[in-house]
Amino acid sequence: MTTTLPQAPPDDAGPTPPSPGPARRLLALARNTWRGLTSMRTALILLFLLAVAALPGAVLPQRTPSPNAVDDYLTANPTLGPLLDDLGFFDVFATPWFAAIYLLLFVSLIGCLVPRSWEHLRGLRVEPVAVPRNLARLPHHAESADDDDPDAVVERARRRLRGWRVAVRSEPGGVRTLSAEKGSLREVGNLVFHLSLVALLGGIAVGELFGYEGQVIVMADGSEFCNSGIYAYDSFRPGMQVDGTGLDPFCVTVDGFRATFRPDGQPDSFDAAVRYQDAEAVQRGDGAWQSHGLAVNDPLRVDGERVYLLGHGYAPRFTVTFPDGQQRTGLVQWRPVDQATLLSEGATKIDPPGVTDEAQRRRSQLAITGLFAPTSSGGGLVTSVFPALNNPEVAVDVMRGDLGLDSGRAQSIFSVDQGMVDQGRLVRVARENMRPGEQITLDDGTLVRFDDVQNWVSLQVSHDPAQTAVLLAAIALLGGLTLSLTVRRRRFWVRAAPAEPSTTDRRTVVSLGGLARTDRAGYGEEFARLAADLAPPRDEGPPAPSRPTRDDDGEDDDGR
Amino acid sequence: MVVDAELGRFGDLLFGSALAVYVLAMILHAVEHGLLRRPSPAAAEARVPVGVGGGTGTDEAPVAPTDRTPRSRAERFGRMGVSLTVLGFGLHAAMLVVRGFAAQRVPWGNMYEFTAAISLVAVAAWLVVLRRHPDLRRLGVFVLLPVIVLMFLAGTVLYTQTAPVVPALRSYWLVVHVSAAVVSSGILLLAGVASCLYLLRAAHEANPGRLAWTSRLPGADVLDRVAYRATALAFPIWTFAVITGAIWAEAAWGRYWGWDPKETTAFIAWVVFACYLHARSTAGWRGRRAAVINVVGFAVMVFNLFFVNLVVTGLHSYAGVG
Repeated sequence: MTTTLPQAPPDDAGPTPPSPGPARRLLALARNTWRGLTSMRTALILLFLLAVAALPGAVLPQRTPSPNAVDDYLTANPTLGPLLDDLGFFDVFATPWFAAIYLLLFVSLIGCLVPRSWEHLRGLRVEPVAVPRNLARLPHHAESADDDDPDAVVERARRRLRGWRVAVRSEPGGVRTLSAEKGSLREVGNLVFHLSLVALLGGIAVGELFGYEGQVIVMADGSEFCNSGIYAYDSFRPGMQVDGTGLDPFCVTVDGFRATFRPDGQPDSFDAAVRYQDAEAVQRGDGAWQSHGLAVNDPLRVDGERVYLLGHGYAPRFTVTFPDGQQRTGLVQWRPVDQATLLSEGATKIDPPGVTDEAQRRRSQLAITGLFAPTSSGGGLVTSVFPALNNPEVAVDVMRGDLGLDSGRAQSIFSVDQGMVDQGRLVRVARENMRPGEQITLDDGTLVRFDDVQNWVSLQVSHDPAQTAVLLAAIALLGGLTLSLTVRRRRFWVRAAPAEPSTTDRRTVVSLGGLARTDRAGYGEEFARLAADLAPPRDEGPPAPSRPTRDDDGEDDDGR
Repeated sequence: MVVDAELGRFGDLLFGSALAVYVLAMILHAVEHGLLRRPSPAAAEARVPVGVGGGTGTDEAPVAPTDRTPRSRAERFGRMGVSLTVLGFGLHAAMLVVRGFAAQRVPWGNMYEFTAAISLVAVAAWLVVLRRHPDLRRLGVFVLLPVIVLMFLAGTVLYTQTAPVVPALRSYWLVVHVSAAVVSSGILLLAGVASCLYLLRAAHEANPGRLAWTSRLPGADVLDRVAYRATALAFPIWTFAVITGAIWAEAAWGRYWGWDPKETTAFIAWVVFACYLHARSTAGWRGRRAAVINVVGFAVMVFNLFFVNLVVTGLHSYAGVG
């Protein structure tokens, strides 16, 4: 970023200028604002503000990854919670104040990058600066006498300094000089780093606009999911420019799921066997399916979408045999309430078959609701002791009456509408623990059997068209950063002057000087090597490599 | 995956030994520090090692006088401290290797191992600094103290038995991402210590009446340079750790960035260290302000390690504690 003086110089340098017109004043104000915004000090403060503003995002629960934790926090802090909520502290990274900080920061960054890139390009065309008058004053210095004439010495130096930017000049009295610079990659790296940051932000923004994320639960019994629209999902988070149409209509079939656990109940592996058809195959309709093993850390990538295995759980299957002999089977996912033992809760809701009378139907709907334990403790109160299906058991209430499915109110698939229960329109008719194959008989002769248990998997489909661009920007960012922190900018000078015949029998006096322009260490060694090659110490000559030199030539003069 | 419990216990033994040796080394360094004479202002000026921070290595160190004069008592204690630090480092490294073999995986799969690995990197970084600039030896007690505190916490609060990791962690990114986080954190620990000492020493240099004990430390400019070098080295590694974390998150969690508490705090730390690097090359911000920023960055790293792993629930809750 641009280096500016702590105080920008006053606009009107002259003594008591004639009062400027309002247009000029406005212009001056704009210019000063721009200067202030693009100054390093402002950028630093904005950068620090960014860190401070992000802090609540780490300390407080956030809606984006964990909405339930936010609700818990709000319940636990009834006074402070709503205030923080109004200020956006539970959604820090979507708040206007957070956006204001990073947008200002990026404006400041761009306002500083553009002139700086320009300056760097111009600087590349400028020749390396002329040799200082007194090389002995530089932090790195060496002197020697040589048998070649100055031209040959300079030519030799030029060949040795391959890869440096070199300028050869002449001084009066037959003196030849050479100036060399190296390390412009430092500034290149610096610019690449900052430009990549801008590109990264752009990529993130594109992803937010055109990406989407949807979750869906699929039974692992050969059930199929197709990415045909938002309705196919249980939950869907579209980007701002996504309306849910025109999704790539690929299809996934989940044929099976296997989880293994260690003896202490820790999960050991999750694998779902899936088949899929990409959008093209679906449109061709030739039924060509490809197989894939979906696992944690191993998503399915199809058509620019990714399908992830996010979770799994159990769905108990119940068969209800009505007194007239008709059967209905209910298979609905129950949700784990304890991730360690996969104790699950849920409600399997069943409509009686063949009932056309609405009033009659509202008296005879059934719900089987309660707890499911994959490995039951075996007691009267069902709890789960292990997450695998070793000893499954359900503890259910069978409710009969009006489920309220046509009441127009949305209801959870994991529970019955408590309002209906409170109004007495949904009544418990049985409470029982059952193992697979067991059944209970209700008062009207209806049989409810717990058949078996099916696995379900929770899949997430993610789409982000800019993901690859973001990755490339990140790689460029890292490369630029590494260059800008490791490359040393340094200068090297040679002066070859014809020797005074009275002092030596050599033809040329060679003086070398070196200056590292950044405070990275190590130029001393390189300079010593250069000096050994270009001005090797002679037996009779003056001692060549001079004082052991300080390596740090003052501070980093990057002036960012 | 078979866990070799016997080997795991041997690893614990090595961990305890390493910690004990570090404590002994710190005591020796403390004695060294106590024996150092307070230099007169002139001597202090001269003792600021010219070559420190230079890249030409040990040959710049003022070794000539010490070779002729018999070693001072302080120096003898200091050298013993360094020897013990090297010994402790060997035990410490062996502990992680043994632990890795016992669990049949990289030895940074839970918070105990992660913290032990960070301490190992911090000691390694310290030994590298010592090798290049032996005259910084007097900092030994201040470097070993946080290492010992970390290892003590690791061995008591965070300790977990050797075990395989959960499926989510079974990925080669565990090797790449976590090792980068370990290496950068270890080096940043050293940078944080240097910046803390810089602040104390700079306060003393501004007003020689205050904090007189810091006159035995290396000069503020030397501490500043150590802090800068360490941060400048660790920052790209930390960036790499964050980027590989994002790549892994894309494969494991369905998005490359989701503001998980760990991700958020890693981002904050990154921004703070970026602040430091900028501040250090900005007129008016060099020195004290920059050092304060670096110390803040260090604090964020500590917060990230302890608070986010143990208090906040997020996707990175792999501590295995509790």
